[in-house]
Amino acid sequence: MSAGAAQVSVLGATLGGAHHGNRGRLLLSVLAIALGVALGFAVQLINQAAIGEFAGSMATLSGNADLEVRGPRSGFDELLFAALAQDPEIAVASPVVEVDARIKGRDDALSIFGVDAFRAGAVTPALLANAADPLDVLRPDTVFLSNAAAAWLPARIGDTVTLQAGLRDVTLKVAGLIQSPSSQRYAVMDVAAAQQAFDRSGSLTRIDVRVRPGVDIAALRSRLLPLLPAGTAIAAPQERVDTTARMSRAYRVNLNVLAMVALFTGGLLVFSTQALSVVRRRAQFALLRTLGLPRRRLLASLIVEGATVGAAGSLLGLVAGYGLAVAAMRIFGGDLGAGYFRGVAPAVAIEPIAAAVFGALGITVAVLGSLAPALEAARASPAAALKAGDEQSAFRPLRRAWPGVALLAAGTLGALLPPVIGLPLFGYLAIALLLFGTLLLMPRVATLLLVRMPTPRSVPAALAFDQLRGAPGQAAASLATVVASVSLMVSMAIMVASFRQSLDEWLTRVLPADLYVRSGTAGDSAFFAASDQRKFAGLPGVRRVDFLRVQSLLVDPAQPRIVLLARDLPPDDPARALPLVAEWRAHAAGDPPPVWVSEAMVDLYGYSPGRHITLPLAGRAVAFTVAGVWRDYARQQGSVVMDRALYSTLTGDTTANDAALTLDPGARVEDVQRELEARAGPAGQLAFAAPTDIRAVSLRVFDRTFAVTYALEAAAVGLGLVGLSSSFGALVFARRREFGMLRHVGLTRRQIAGMLATEGLVVSGIGLVVGLALGWLMSLILIFVVNRQSFHWSMELHMPWLPLSLLGFALLLLATATTLVSARAAMSGNVIRAVKDDW
Amino acid sequence: MLSLRSVSKTFAGPRRLTVLRGLDLDIARGEFVAIMGESGIGKSTLLNLIAGLDRPDSGDVLVDGVDLATLDDDALTQLRRERMGFVFQAFHVLPYLTAAQNVALPLALIGVRGPEAGARVGAMLDAVGMAAQGACMPRELSGGELQRVAIARALIHHPALVLADEPTGNLDSESAAGVMTLLRGQLQAQGATGILVTHSPAAAATADRVLILRADGLHEAPPPAMR
Repeated sequence: MSAGAAQVSVLGATLGGAHHGNRGRLLLSVLAIALGVALGFAVQLINQAAIGEFAGSMATLSGNADLEVRGPRSGFDELLFAALAQDPEIAVASPVVEVDARIKGRDDALSIFGVDAFRAGAVTPALLANAADPLDVLRPDTVFLSNAAAAWLPARIGDTVTLQAGLRDVTLKVAGLIQSPSSQRYAVMDVAAAQQAFDRSGSLTRIDVRVRPGVDIAALRSRLLPLLPAGTAIAAPQERVDTTARMSRAYRVNLNVLAMVALFTGGLLVFSTQALSVVRRRAQFALLRTLGLPRRRLLASLIVEGATVGAAGSLLGLVAGYGLAVAAMRIFGGDLGAGYFRGVAPAVAIEPIAAAVFGALGITVAVLGSLAPALEAARASPAAALKAGDEQSAFRPLRRAWPGVALLAAGTLGALLPPVIGLPLFGYLAIALLLFGTLLLMPRVATLLLVRMPTPRSVPAALAFDQLRGAPGQAAASLATVVASVSLMVSMAIMVASFRQSLDEWLTRVLPADLYVRSGTAGDSAFFAASDQRKFAGLPGVRRVDFLRVQSLLVDPAQPRIVLLARDLPPDDPARALPLVAEWRAHAAGDPPPVWVSEAMVDLYGYSPGRHITLPLAGRAVAFTVAGVWRDYARQQGSVVMDRALYSTLTGDTTANDAALTLDPGARVEDVQRELEARAGPAGQLAFAAPTDIRAVSLRVFDRTFAVTYALEAAAVGLGLVGLSSSFGALVFARRREFGMLRHVGLTRRQIAGMLATEGLVVSGIGLVVGLALGWLMSLILIFVVNRQSFHWSMELHMPWLPLSLLGFALLLLATATTLVSARAAMSGNVIRAVKDDW
Repeated sequence: MLSLRSVSKTFAGPRRLTVLRGLDLDIARGEFVAIMGESGIGKSTLLNLIAGLDRPDSGDVLVDGVDLATLDDDALTQLRRERMGFVFQAFHVLPYLTAAQNVALPLALIGVRGPEAGARVGAMLDAVGMAAQGACMPRELSGGELQRVAIARALIHHPALVLADEPTGNLDSESAAGVMTLLRGQLQAQGATGILVTHSPAAAATADRVLILRADGLHEAPPPAMR
């Protein structure tokens, strides 16, 4: 006998046979792990690339600046620059005007930086280009494009770029290109020319400051703070990156949690696959233990088996994740369409640490999924396990209820806790605790429900009930997978349906007019001047025109700018136009004028109803009273609504960005649109939209945003069915002698099929009921805790009864069919021979 | 070699079942003892206690002077691995290993590999008349051939004690006779002690001593010639 022919390793003896009859399920387990790892890795790569690129772009654009003075997007008084430029501790102060100018004929905006070429060179050299004619940097009609902007437009030196300012065209000649390392698309022109072209005369958006050597920057910052007008701040450039990263953090964490849900479902599938595999090999493990294989070595081998599945899944997932990141970046951009990193076009790079982390995570989840079956196999008594019919003892019921109850209690408490660094960590933990607590209690819950069900008359169905009642622990594995997948699917379905319905109702509420007109579809350079607004007067068929002015204000330097919406409000009941969630009606005569804040303002700034606040307008801190809180799904960073007439009085700004037209009965939108275009001037400067169109686009964006969630719901159900098949297959294998006996005493194949179908139906039915209830509870946490703490908006609970009912019915049918398919071995001739093992 | 002193074992459950009550047993080194008795009397339980797969409720089980009660699970496992061999009624051959690999399994567990393992497996397969079937998978072998493989596996590592639980239970009379002759011969060749649990008088007849397990303990059966 050659040495090779007799070679056998202990590991090989332990793990051999794992693939027998199990290849399909093992492959699915690998794919399930791969899905979770791919999603998580892709999200991580995109986030890192986007934030890294954004930070790099900011660093490039900030150059050597030690500090920057920022204010509202519309700018602050340029006199501040003169004061800073003369400060003895400041080496250079560089004024900047920032405008996102709409590109004519396109729904895109180009970031324009108006700079003083002589000063910018010392602070932000990335904003300077080598001009063929040195005077080009001072000309009012020239612009310099970054490489990325030139490629994007596209435009070359000598071409012209036409932008929109107000309702007029601004045509600039491309005088040069900026060889910038940043991938950001921007253009640079003279600061005075920018002020003139884009109606920013007398104001600046930013002042970049470089201090003299040896100056204490923190002390200088403290000294300058009192000099700043209201609504401006002075900070290090890096802080702006941190603020933007913080704003997108909840969104990024949500995406990561979705990926973890996929990974958890993969772990569940590994558990059910391993449970089946271990039951099948129970006698083999007992033999090895009898022959002298130590318990811990068996345990280690089975954990290695699970880790191998995890490793294979992780490797596949990392490769797929990289591809997914590249594709998503190309299609959706660095913020996956959420709008946090505009103008940034990062490239995805392989991050070894992130790859190692997610690879390890996939392996860990697979190992955890294998742990319970491995522990059971290692702990099993070899003597008992060698005996025929002992496989059923692998499914002992849980004896103690307190762990499950404790987890449920902890989960309930967790849902009541506040966010941690702005993230709903306790909310996520609460969902996990509720899920695991319920899974632990499933055998007891199943027992309670089974006892109350009437026993059917037919013998096969009655046998099924007797089986389930007598051994509820046997159904526990099947129930666990059904409950987990149904609850995850139901919770996400209810949350998405509630959000969508709430969004739809909100859109109906905030879009009461018949036609909306915008001065431009992108950027902040377009507006209706007072003279433009007069052209709306007397439009045939128009009963009322309400204008809206949009501004951004810097209230807290540590937070992003908030949005100010100055609207024409009904004088009799100003709040009628707003979807209020809270109101304060005790407004006294001497109180500051009312404003209405969004829910985010309450969460982030503490602006509760009745509170007196100050807002920075035109460089002054102006007092207001919070008269109500309204729901705003469009602006996560917070918004404030005030009467436009009041705004104009306080600021002198009479311009508007949007107009909402309410038509007379019978008037046609097309006629009004044609008339307005004839009056307003250059074609293409106005954008028209009917509320139905705006609603449709918004809901389409919503559906696209939640496409990943929909896919995960389907995956959860699919994987749950596969898990059910695996665990049911394990049960059938464990009971093959029972079926053999039943065939011997005269039950037909059809009757055994009926018995198994009844078991499958009852198990899935219980799983469905519990899963629905648990999913509903989880959705409450998603809606009222996770969403609120993440994005600072509320929504109503809407139950998608029809889809849930259809899904439940389909699930029952599929589950029953799945159990029959997986149990076909129970009806084969082999089970008849199985009883002979006992002879 | 083996001593049992006042060993008792009761199984808990809806009805408490005492299968062994104050049992005493002594087996000398190299002796081959058959234990017979009614179904359910506790024969397999007795084997499990000797193998350290179960623990008595009272009494002592000593193997080569070592009280098994003083050993933890790892130590008991090591004892089985190094000093015991097992033959089962249901053969319990791993279906995904060849006959030779199944025989080699105990050697792998004690760390013997390579050419030495190959040589010993070859010799053992030859001794049990399965040299030509070393590369066969279990599904290709008959019941008698599978039991020969199991016997080879039980003896490959020269255990001091071999426990055989109904080794002929699934075999026809001709195969059963051949298996018992083989087992007896190999035990004698290695000088190993053997304990056979059986219902079969023919199988018991191959033993040096036959004991009958009854509710009140073990009793010597009349010598085979007088039965």
